[in-house]
Amino acid sequence: MATPDAFEPDSATLLEIYRRVALLHANDERARKVIRSGQIAMVYYSYRGQEVIPAALSAALRDDDYLCTIYRGIHDMLAKGFPLDILWAELAGRATGSCKGKGGPMHLTYPEKGIMVTTGVVGSTMPIANGLGWAAQLDGTDRVVVATFGDGASNIGAFHESLNLAAVWKLPVIFLCQNNQFAEHTTYEAGTSAKQIADRAQGYNIPGVRVDGNDPAAMYRAAAQAVARARAGEGPTLIEAMTFRFMGHVFGDPDAYIPKDMKAAAMADDPVPKFRARLIQDGIATDDQLSAIEAGIEAQIDAAVAFALASPFPETDELRRDVFAEEIAA
Amino acid sequence: MSETSTAPAAAKPATPKPPTTTILAGLSKALMDAFAEDDKLLALGEDLADPEGGGIVGVTNGLSTRFGGQRVRSTPIAEQAIIGAAIGASLVGYKPVAEIMLMNFTTVAMDMIVNHAAKLRFMSGGQTSVPIVIRTMTGLGYGSGGQHCDYLEAWFAHTPGIKVVAPSTPQDAYGLLRSAIEDPDPVLFIENLPTYRTPMPGELPDAGHRVPLGKAAVQREGTDVTVVSYSRLAGEARAAAELAAAEGVSVEVIDLRTISPWDRETVLASARKTGRVLIVHEAVKAFGAGAEIAAVVGEELFGQLKAPVRRLGGAYSAVPYSKPLESAYAPDRARIAAAILALAR
Repeated sequence: MATPDAFEPDSATLLEIYRRVALLHANDERARKVIRSGQIAMVYYSYRGQEVIPAALSAALRDDDYLCTIYRGIHDMLAKGFPLDILWAELAGRATGSCKGKGGPMHLTYPEKGIMVTTGVVGSTMPIANGLGWAAQLDGTDRVVVATFGDGASNIGAFHESLNLAAVWKLPVIFLCQNNQFAEHTTYEAGTSAKQIADRAQGYNIPGVRVDGNDPAAMYRAAAQAVARARAGEGPTLIEAMTFRFMGHVFGDPDAYIPKDMKAAAMADDPVPKFRARLIQDGIATDDQLSAIEAGIEAQIDAAVAFALASPFPETDELRRDVFAEEIAA
Repeated sequence: MSETSTAPAAAKPATPKPPTTTILAGLSKALMDAFAEDDKLLALGEDLADPEGGGIVGVTNGLSTRFGGQRVRSTPIAEQAIIGAAIGASLVGYKPVAEIMLMNFTTVAMDMIVNHAAKLRFMSGGQTSVPIVIRTMTGLGYGSGGQHCDYLEAWFAHTPGIKVVAPSTPQDAYGLLRSAIEDPDPVLFIENLPTYRTPMPGELPDAGHRVPLGKAAVQREGTDVTVVSYSRLAGEARAAAELAAAEGVSVEVIDLRTISPWDRETVLASARKTGRVLIVHEAVKAFGAGAEIAAVVGEELFGQLKAPVRRLGGAYSAVPYSKPLESAYAPDRARIAAAILALAR
């Protein structure tokens, strides 16, 4: 396996990570705006504040690597390459959506980019990720699988069953915990016995790494190292990426359970403008270059939202399709 | 425990004994034949590979030796992990046959089965599918008490997106398992524990044999009463039909074989003919599969029936330990025969 230095992101990689961060950030801003405007009614789990984690991770992945993500996972999927038009059409419940409007924001799927499962059940990405890893192992490829989940999911049985099996079978799975410090409304300390989730890896005899998920270079290094280990057939890694979600559990919740000073401090340290300023300061990009990237993203989102809202709703016959391979008789 | 007698009360053999085989042999051969034909087949479950004994009953005995430990893997005792691994591999082209040792242990994996295996095709708009088979065994008779022998098929039949299959003969065990493996959707395959090794008439089918899912078998033709059952109690129903015949009642016995989706056409055709329907299962009668069948028969044939649809099923209790209680819990051939005669009057 390569030395840690080999996992240092170069300038081009950092810029690529920023392009994804900017996309994720703009898309979340737009989603909340569209909900507030009444154009699309949906239950929305904002990932605002967590953008850097999947942006850096996906820069270390290939298109043919697999991803299993969760209800707060649109950032994971966009970073992996989920097309904006069919994403928005799915959010709007339209027939042109990636899932024909039958899955919705919590069940987005796009196998062409390895986005195999999105689950609305806490912890359920992990058992399925193992099966994808087993398949990669049987295929003799060096594909890897990422199962992402929140800190709350490390307390559910599926986490423990999955880390154990992945370790025993040496599966090429990266268990990526996005620790935003709240399990729904419950604080980390009130719900989790471990000092840090990364420590739980020890119990399964696999590496456990805690990293500042809001630091693009640190997050990239952790991800790239875990990916290299999995590709080399050395087995799974647990990454705990520290972060914070700005908009509560579900968009619109009063978030009174979040201490005000904690939230204020996190928002004052918003990773998106911080990363942007750093790129300029380090001479990796100019303000104009980044503004051009951002303008391009806004235009793509404009087009995707317009496509979604102009698309038809699915026919009710869809209730009889995709239950089984064979359509159910009317 | 009363063993199932599937042979019509046989005449004393004057000639060489007719051949018999077992459901266990049918299942084992089905797996061997299917694995030999398709290298995308996988098997996983507790103690399933040969170093761990080839399965606690031996259905998978020899499979890992012949097809390798990568394709046939024993797992930790972790049912969510088992079903999750099966689902994941199936999403990208493999066909896993997962074993959940006992049906009660499916409860530990319900999230994986109900929220994921059954729904991913629909929720993804058909982009993904989960062609897995979940083999599981159950059934009272060994004094296992309340957590080792429940029939929970109604839970799964109530879940759109997963098929539910339960054979009662060696030939159907073979043909249904082959069809379940080839099916593009998840199938829960229920095996009855006490009758795995019961000698039953006939020989093992050849490798081309299939029993289509969703198709019932009319195992005995009759004109007075239709009995609908599946799994071990289909055998008890066949035996009960012989008892009723001795009393002058002609019984048609239908083995559903697939509980969901069930063969409405065959059941309704028989019900139209006899006008009297009895549904029998080992699962708790209340809210059981029999309730759905009875409701459909009533909806479709109200006015054509000669008597209300009757049901026999397990008591509304946990499966008990003590032998007299266990015997009283579920219908047997005598109780089925009595219900047939009462219905025919």
